[in-house]
This record gives sequence, structure tokens and C-alpha cells, in this order.
Amino acid sequence: MTTPPVIDLIDLRFAWQDGPTLLDILGFRVEAGERVFLRGPSGSGKSTLLGLIAGVLEPQSGKVEVLGHDMTALSGPKRDALRADRLGVIFQMFNLVPYLSLVQNVTLPCRFSSARRQAAGGEGQLNEEAVRLLSRLGLSGERLLARPVTELSVGQQQRVAVARALIGGPDLIIADEPTSALDADARDRFIELLNEEAGRSGSALLFVSHDASLASHFDRSVDLSEINRAKGGV
Amino acid sequence: MGLSILGLAWRSLMNRRGSALLTILAVALSVALFLGVDKVRNGARSGFDNTISGTDLIVGAPTGQINLLLYSVFRLGSATAEISWDTYESIDRRDDVDWTIPLSLGDNHRGFRVVGTNESYFEHYRHGGGTQLRVSEGELFSDIYETVIGADVAQELDYSIGSEIVLTHGLGAGGLTDHEDKPFIVTGILAQTGTPVDRSIHVPLEGITAIHVGWESGTRSPFADTISEDMIRGFDLTPKSVTAVFVGLEQRGSLLRTQRALNTQGGEPLLAVIPGVALGELWQVTGIVERALIAVSVFVIAVGLVSVLTSILTSLNERRREMAILRATGARPGHIFFLMVAEAAMLGLCGAVVGVFLVQLGLLIAGPILSSAYGISIGGLGISAIDGWTVLAVFGAATLIGTIPAVMALRRSLADGLTVKL
Repeated sequence: MTTPPVIDLIDLRFAWQDGPTLLDILGFRVEAGERVFLRGPSGSGKSTLLGLIAGVLEPQSGKVEVLGHDMTALSGPKRDALRADRLGVIFQMFNLVPYLSLVQNVTLPCRFSSARRQAAGGEGQLNEEAVRLLSRLGLSGERLLARPVTELSVGQQQRVAVARALIGGPDLIIADEPTSALDADARDRFIELLNEEAGRSGSALLFVSHDASLASHFDRSVDLSEINRAKGGV
Repeated sequence: MGLSILGLAWRSLMNRRGSALLTILAVALSVALFLGVDKVRNGARSGFDNTISGTDLIVGAPTGQINLLLYSVFRLGSATAEISWDTYESIDRRDDVDWTIPLSLGDNHRGFRVVGTNESYFEHYRHGGGTQLRVSEGELFSDIYETVIGADVAQELDYSIGSEIVLTHGLGAGGLTDHEDKPFIVTGILAQTGTPVDRSIHVPLEGITAIHVGWESGTRSPFADTISEDMIRGFDLTPKSVTAVFVGLEQRGSLLRTQRALNTQGGEPLLAVIPGVALGELWQVTGIVERALIAVSVFVIAVGLVSVLTSILTSLNERRREMAILRATGARPGHIFFLMVAEAAMLGLCGAVVGVFLVQLGLLIAGPILSSAYGISIGGLGISAIDGWTVLAVFGAATLIGTIPAVMALRRSLADGLTVKL
């Protein structure tokens, strides 16, 4: 039995309401467990592409297959459920819900998905799992864990976001410019950590950035302008 | 799952606890105003309704029927005229009359009204749906210089059996017009009734006559002090007049006939009123004000609810990213919707519950003042059905109002996707 690719885009077209076509992708694929770097300047539609993959946006035409599911054929709630169950998402910054503790932020996906909750060890183990993930990412100690998330440094916040993306071992982690607010040292360490943990949990990783110098950390690097025909003329 | 969204809503509110507390306070105050108005209104009504029962007619000199009711039963205001003793006796002698209670009002003791009456008062006066007056300590008066005091009088002035009290002429404060030459001795204290009886000092009619010997002009004559107690006892102390008469009939069926007969009899003009009818007229007058107050307080609740809406709407913009994070981590649109509605509902519920407690606290503090100054009994004004319904209504309205920001947040989060640039 072959594992379906975690992401398979086929003849995808997307435009924001009344806008010109932003994305027109003939084909793009990420295999299970693969760690892919997607490069593109800001405004090139990277974040929109991630929205499409995560199932919060719908393309005008074409197919978005995620983990073998045709997202365009799934209903909204089913897409939400798939995202909750099997995807981890890391943003550029401000990843955390300000009124939740570190651990509560990490276990957030488990509130919305029972599959994720089970995968993370079940109700009783959630907090332990969150603490374990946080400590693997270098965040440990009662005092640190008790701090309001708004008082953490940006680097610490991003690592909390990684722990949240990792909890329950999702099949795919998508990261949208997660290092843009970090300095060079912290950035490299962050990417190493992310790669290592994604590898440990067997998750595929789609890492999006404008910074081509990061490409060397990944199995494969793709330039959005190469696969996106819409921007060809610009 | 649902529970954890409630947990999120609660934490989100606590994260903005300053504005949340202000909103809760606004709702609480508006609910407290509404319930307070309602409770004082009901307290006044039930207090008044419970004050007199079993009395078929109240008879006094011609005046308004509400006025007669107020001064004779509630000891509020004062009589402008009296009826003569002869007329009183003619009423008492009527065939259709079972019993009468003569009342002589007009003096006070340290702000408590003095009621000149006879044993009939203790035998026939009924309150709270038929309860007779009961002496909790001592016994009824048997001599002209003895007095039976209400429970509040005893408590507030710290009087006990054997205490001597000096009455004051008229209804003003003591001083020059004290009848200090003729003190009364407390022989009995009445059990608490929750009516103006608690705040009354009851003396024999003859006692009223006795202390006014030498006061015929309205003030003390120099001659008054020269009259000794023994001399007074030798006088005929039958009163010349009484202020009002409570009448009990042989048969209630003759009520209207007797009332008409008294109102239209030859000789001294009289006013006979049926207590229930006079109360009804009083409620008609106050009803207009009550409805206006209720209407105003309902609008104030609406204002409180608008503050719930305002507080959530103003938070929406700064929470776009929060919504995107929740969506990214798997929250369905329904979760976002429920989160916003839950916040509004919590604000409404907390506000309403706090409002109910504010009212109870207010009654606890202001209750004694209300009952002593206005005769509004606050007994039985604890948590009641209306509190529950009000909490439910405010909770429901807040939930309904919560759908407005909920729909807005939902639309925005669907349009924003995962990307919110701030």
C-alpha cells in the first residue's frame, strides 16, 4: 500500500474577491515525512497558498489534496476537522492566545480535535505531553511555564508555537515565515529544532519563507515563482 | 468540548477583566434598579395590604378616603377634623354594627405615634390576613396612665415593662409641648406584626383626655401644672371626640348599605370607607408612577445590555489574530461563533446575578430605614421568582445580543483565513 502524498495541488487557481488571479499552480506535491522549503517574496501568495492547504480558503478551480482528501470536495466542517486532527500551523509571529498559559496554548489543538487528543496521549496525559514537548524545545522550569505568554521573548513564543504544532504528532506541519522575527543565530537553531522534532514525530514539513539562505536546511527547496504561472508576467 | 470553549470564553473575559468588570457592573446596576423598584413596590403593597384585615369600615370626619385610610391605619399624615364622642356612640349602638374600635390620634412620643383607644383594639384589630394582636411581654393597660407599646418602639427606645414615658403634644419633636407632668408606665409590649402597630404607643382614651386637661387651648395653660393626678382622676375623662373609628359589621352583606347610611346620615357629617376600596384607589394613584418607574428601569437594563455589545464589539478588532490562531489550531466557525456568544452570555449572566445580590444587600442595609420611615415591610423580599426570571431574561437577551459580534467575528475569520496582517 502506498502512502498518499501529504499535499498534492493539481491545476489550482485562486484569486481574492474581485482581484487578479494570485495563484495558478499546475502541480505541487509534498510526500509523507518530506521537509520542503517554499521560497517566495512577500506578497507572492505564500500565505494564501497555506490557507488553501489548511482548508480555510477555497480555490476557484483545481484540486487541493491533503493526506489523500480532496479539500475542495470536503465540506467546511470536514476540512476544519481534518486540519484539527492532522495539521500543525506555525505563524510568522503572535502565534499565541494571550489569555492562555504556555501549556494551554500547546494543548489548544486538542481542545478542538478528539483524534489529536488521543494521539497526544489522551485527556489525562495532555499537560504532561505539552510539558515534555516544551522542554524538548528548551522551555522548562515551573517559573517559565507559569509566565504569561505575552511576557515571553519572540523566540520563546515561536518555540511554544512549534510545540503546539507538534502535539499529537500531526502528519503535516505548515510554517509561515516562522523565523522572520528571529536573529540569525536563533533562526538557525530554531530551524534545526523544528526539523529534528518534525522528523521525530514523522511529520512532513512545509516551510515558507522569503529568505533563500534557509533552503539548505531542508530536503528540497521550491521557488513559488517556478510553480506559480499567475505571477509569470509580473 | 463545549465546556472547553466556555473555558476559553471565560479566560478571554478575564484577560480583559477591567472592561469586563465594568460591563458586568453596568448590567448589575441596571438589574438592581429594576428589581429594587419592583421589590419596594411589592413591599409597599403587601405591607399595606397586610396592615388591616377584618375591619369592614373606617369612619372619620369628611376628608379624602385615601387620607382617612393613611392617617387612621398607617399613621401617615394627620386628621384635619375629629368626630364627636356622641356620634361615635351612635355608630357603636347601630344594630348592624358588631364592634367598633375608637382611635384618638395626634400625640407622639419621640417620633412614635400615640394611639388612644380601648380594649376593643386588642380584641378586634386584625392584620396579616386575620392575625390578632398579641402581647409578648406584660399585659394590656388597665389604668389611665398605663401604656402598651409596639415591638419597634420597645426595641428602638430600649423600653421594658415599667419604663416611664412622656408624651408630646402634637406630632412634632419633644420640648415645650411635653406632657411631662403626666408620664405613662409601660405595662405591655406587643409582639412584632410588621405593621405600623409596631411603631405605635397605645394608651387608654381616658389617658389622652387626662393629659390634655389644661391644654384645651392647644398649649399648656399656666393652670395645667396646678392640677394634681388625683384631681384628674376625679374628673369625667370620657373623651369629647375621637379621630377615627374602625367598624366591624354583624354581617358583611350589609357593608354597602351601612356605608351609605353613615355617609348620608343627618347630624354630624361622616366619611365611611371600605379599607380594600380605599387601598385600591391608592394603588391606582401610585400605579401610574410605578409603571413609569418600571418602564424606565427596563430601559436602563437595555442600556446595560448595549454596554455588553459595545464591550465585545470594541474587542473584535484586536482579536482578529486570536481568531485566526483558533481557526488554525482547528476551531470550526461554530466554535468562534459560540465563543463570542458565550462571552456575551457570561457578561449578562454575571451582571444579572450580581444585580440580584446588590438588591439583597441594599435591602439588608436600607430595609430598616424603609420600614421605619415609610412603613414598607421588607419581610418576604428575599430571592423570589422575579429574580430568577430577570436573570434568565437578561441572560437570554445577552446571548441574543452576542450573536451580533459572533456573526461579525465569524465573517471576518472566514475572510481572513490564516493570514491577519496587523
